[in-house]
Amino acid sequence: MDSRHAIEMKGITKRFGQVVANDRIDLSVEWGEILALLGENGSGKTTLMNMLSGIYQPDEGEIFEDGEPISIRSPKDAFRHGIGMIHQHYKLIEVFTAAQNIILGLDEEKMDLKETNRRVAEICSRYGFEIDPTMKVYDMSVSQKQTVEIVKVLYRGARVLILDEPTAVLTPQETVKLFRILRAMKEDGKAIIIITHKLHEVMDVSDRVAVLRKGQYIGTLMTKDTSPQELTDMMVGRAVSLNIDRPKYDNPKPRLVVSGLSCTDEEGVSRLSDVSFTAMTGEILGIAGISGSGQKELLEAITGLYPVKSGSVKVVGDDGQEMELLGKSPMQVRKAGVGMAFVPEDRLGMGLVGSMGMTGNMLLRSWRNGRGALLKKKDPQALANDILKELEVVTPGIDYPVRRLSGGNVQKVLVGREIAIPHSVLMTAYAVRGLDINTSYTIYRLLTEEKMKGVAVIFIGEDLDVLLELCDRILVLCGGRVSGIVDGRKATKEEIGLMMTHVGQEVDANE
Amino acid sequence: MNTLVTLITAGITFGTVLLYGTLGEILTEKSGSLNLGVEGIMYMGGAFGLAGAFYYEKAAGGIGNGPVAIVIAILAAFAAGALASAIYSFLTITLRTNQNVTGLALSIFGTGVGQFVGEFMRVSEGGYVALSNPLKEAFSATIWPDALIRIPILGPILFSHTIFFYLAIVLAIVMSLFLNRTRKGLYLRAVGESPSTSDAAGIDTTRYRYLATIIGGGISAIGGMVYIMTTAGCVWNHEGLAGVGWLAVALVIFCIWRPLNAIWGSVIFGAMMIMYLRVSLPFIPTEIYKILPYVVTVIVLIITSMRNSRDKQPPASLGLNYFREER
Repeated sequence: MDSRHAIEMKGITKRFGQVVANDRIDLSVEWGEILALLGENGSGKTTLMNMLSGIYQPDEGEIFEDGEPISIRSPKDAFRHGIGMIHQHYKLIEVFTAAQNIILGLDEEKMDLKETNRRVAEICSRYGFEIDPTMKVYDMSVSQKQTVEIVKVLYRGARVLILDEPTAVLTPQETVKLFRILRAMKEDGKAIIIITHKLHEVMDVSDRVAVLRKGQYIGTLMTKDTSPQELTDMMVGRAVSLNIDRPKYDNPKPRLVVSGLSCTDEEGVSRLSDVSFTAMTGEILGIAGISGSGQKELLEAITGLYPVKSGSVKVVGDDGQEMELLGKSPMQVRKAGVGMAFVPEDRLGMGLVGSMGMTGNMLLRSWRNGRGALLKKKDPQALANDILKELEVVTPGIDYPVRRLSGGNVQKVLVGREIAIPHSVLMTAYAVRGLDINTSYTIYRLLTEEKMKGVAVIFIGEDLDVLLELCDRILVLCGGRVSGIVDGRKATKEEIGLMMTHVGQEVDANE
Repeated sequence: MNTLVTLITAGITFGTVLLYGTLGEILTEKSGSLNLGVEGIMYMGGAFGLAGAFYYEKAAGGIGNGPVAIVIAILAAFAAGALASAIYSFLTITLRTNQNVTGLALSIFGTGVGQFVGEFMRVSEGGYVALSNPLKEAFSATIWPDALIRIPILGPILFSHTIFFYLAIVLAIVMSLFLNRTRKGLYLRAVGESPSTSDAAGIDTTRYRYLATIIGGGISAIGGMVYIMTTAGCVWNHEGLAGVGWLAVALVIFCIWRPLNAIWGSVIFGAMMIMYLRVSLPFIPTEIYKILPYVVTVIVLIITSMRNSRDKQPPASLGLNYFREER
C-alpha cells in the first residue's frame, strides 16, 4: 500500500533566484482522503502545489502518481494526470459565462454548449453544487465563482483536487457548504489537498495534516491524534500562545459618536439604515455580520469615502470638543486622527505600489510631512525595519519590490503601515484575512496595544471566535441595521449568530 | 440626395482601406497585443503590394493577368504585414518588451521601410512606377454586372465597389463567427482577457498571441495595398496613407472590438475623412472635417465608459505582457 499513494512528491526543491521556496519536500496523499497542508505565509505551500498543477517546474525531485513517476510540465499535463487546482485568486474570465469558463482549454474540436450544460448539471447534482451555466462571471458572488472553479476542475475529470485557501473569502455558511461538498468528493474516492491557515477548519475537515515551515517539510500527523496547539507549535517552530490578552482600560470616554447613519447606493438600495453607536477610548469594538451586511459601507461612510444620506458622525477630542466628520474630505478626516486600515481583497491594487520596496511604500503615507523637493528616507526606513521585525516579514530586504513577496507578506506590510500611524480612532476591516496564525496574533496584540494607549479601535472581523476573544464589545450588523451590541466577555457564538440573521424584535414580529 | 449617395459611395471606398486595418487590429488586440504599429504595417502593405503586382507584370512581359495580379498583391502585402508583426511579436511576447514602445517603434520603422521600397522602385525604374492600364482597371473594377449598378440609389451604394470591399465584408463576418462561435475563438478571447487564466487552463497562450498578432498584421497590411492600388491609382503615394493606421486603431475602439461593427464604422469614418471633398460648408476649414473621426472616437470612449457595461470593455489584459513565473 505504501508505494501506491495517489500522489507522492519526493525531495522537491524549488528556488526563485536566491530564495529557496521549497527545500527537499516529501508529501503524499491517498485516494479518498482530505490532506490539509498547513504552514505560515511564505512557507512554500502554494509554490509546492503549483508544481503539482504545472505552473512551476521543480528544480529537483520527483512526483509519482499511483506509484508511477510522472512529469508535469504544464497545466495541460496536470489535467492529463487528473490533477486540478483551485487557486486562491480565481482564474476565471470575468466576461465569459460559467460554461465558457468551464470548457476553456479543452481539446474537443466542436463547441457544444448544450452538451456542456448537461454535463455540468450532472456534476452539480452528484456533489450538491448549485450553478447557472449561462451566468456571466462578473455577476457572481465570490462563493459562486469558487463553485465554477471546482466544477471546472471536475469537468476535466480531476481525481486529485488542490484547493488553495478556499475559505479565505467565504462566509461561515458558505464554508459549511463547501466542506459538505469536499466530504462528498472524498466519499467518491478523490484525493483532496486543502491549503489553509484556519486551524479549526483543519480539525474539522481533514484526515491528515502536513506541516511546512519556511520551505522545509516538518511532518505529517493524523488529524484525530493532534491538537491545534501542537499544530501551531510545529508551524511556527516554537510554542505560541493561542490566548488573546484582553486587559481592561480604566476610565473609557466616548470617542466616536455615530447616530442615525443611513446610506443608499447608486441604485437607491439602502445599505445602512439608522446605524447608531459610540466607540469608546480604550476599547476594541468588534463588528460582526454576514459579509455584505454594510460593514464596508459603514467604514467608508465614516472616513468620507461613501456618500451619506442622513445622520451624523462626531469625533470627541481629549478636551471634550466635538467635531462633525460628515461632509469633510477623506484628507480632513485623516487629519482629525481617524485612521482606517482596510485590507481589500486586492492587496496590491489598493494601498501599495507593487514595484516599490517597503521603504517607498511607507513614504506613500507620510510624504506630506516632508519639506523641500528631496525625499527624506530616514523615518520611513526606520518604520519599514520595525514592521519587518515586528511582523516577521519574509523579504530579502526593505527595498525589495513588494510585488514579489508572497500574499501574506504583502498584507503584513499594508497592515503594519496603517497601524503605525498615530490615531485617535483606528478602524480595520479583515486585517487578518489570509494571514497565518502567528502574524494574526501579532496583529491582535498590536491592536490591543493601541487600545491601551487610549485609541478607539473598530475591528471588522469574519471569525466569530476571534471577535469573542479580542473585542470588548461587539456590534452585530444585519442587512445594514444594527441588530444589537453585546459584551464581548459575556456573549456566546450562538447568540451572535442568531443576531446576524435577525434584526432584534422587528423581524420576529414580521414572521 | 445625390450628394448623400456619392458621399456614402466614396465613404465605402475609403472605408474599405480602414476596414482591413481595423479587422487586423481587432484580431491582434483580442489576443491582448496592443500593436500600435498599424500605421507602419499599412505603409509596408502598400509598398510591397504595389511591388508585387508591378514586378509580376514585368516578369510576365507587360501582359499580366488581372486576378493573378490581385492575388499576388494581396499575398505580398499580407506577407509584409505578417513579417512586421512577427518582429513585434518576438519583441513583446518572447522578449517581453513594452508593447506601446515597441508598437510606436514599428510605426516609425514600417513607414520608413514603405517609403524606402516605394522610392527605390521609382528610382530604379527610371522615375515612374505604374501598372499598365488594363491591370489598373482590374484592380478598380467592380465584380457586378452593369444592370445592378444602374439601380437608382442602391446600385452605386451596394454594387459599384471593387472586389476588395466584398472580400473585407466576408472577412468581417468570418472573423465574427470565429471569435464568437468557435472554440479556438473562445480561447483566443480568453488569452486576451487573462493569459494567466488561459495558461492555467492549458491553453498555449504564446502560440495564440503570436498567430493572432501575425495574421492580424497581415490583414491590416492588405488595407495599405488596397489604398495604393485603388484610390491612389497604382502609384506610390505616401501622403494619402499618412494617418490611416492611427485611424484604424481609433476605429477598433469605436466599434468596441467587434468585427461586424467595424463594417459600418469604417464606412462612417471613411465618409467623415472625405467629407471635405464632397460637402463643403462656407467658413469651415477642411482640417476641421479631418478631425471628426477622432472626435467621434473620444465621444464613443466617454459613452462606453459612462455606461460601464462589462461586455463593452477592451480585452482585460490588452497591452500587458505575460510571464508565467512572474509573481
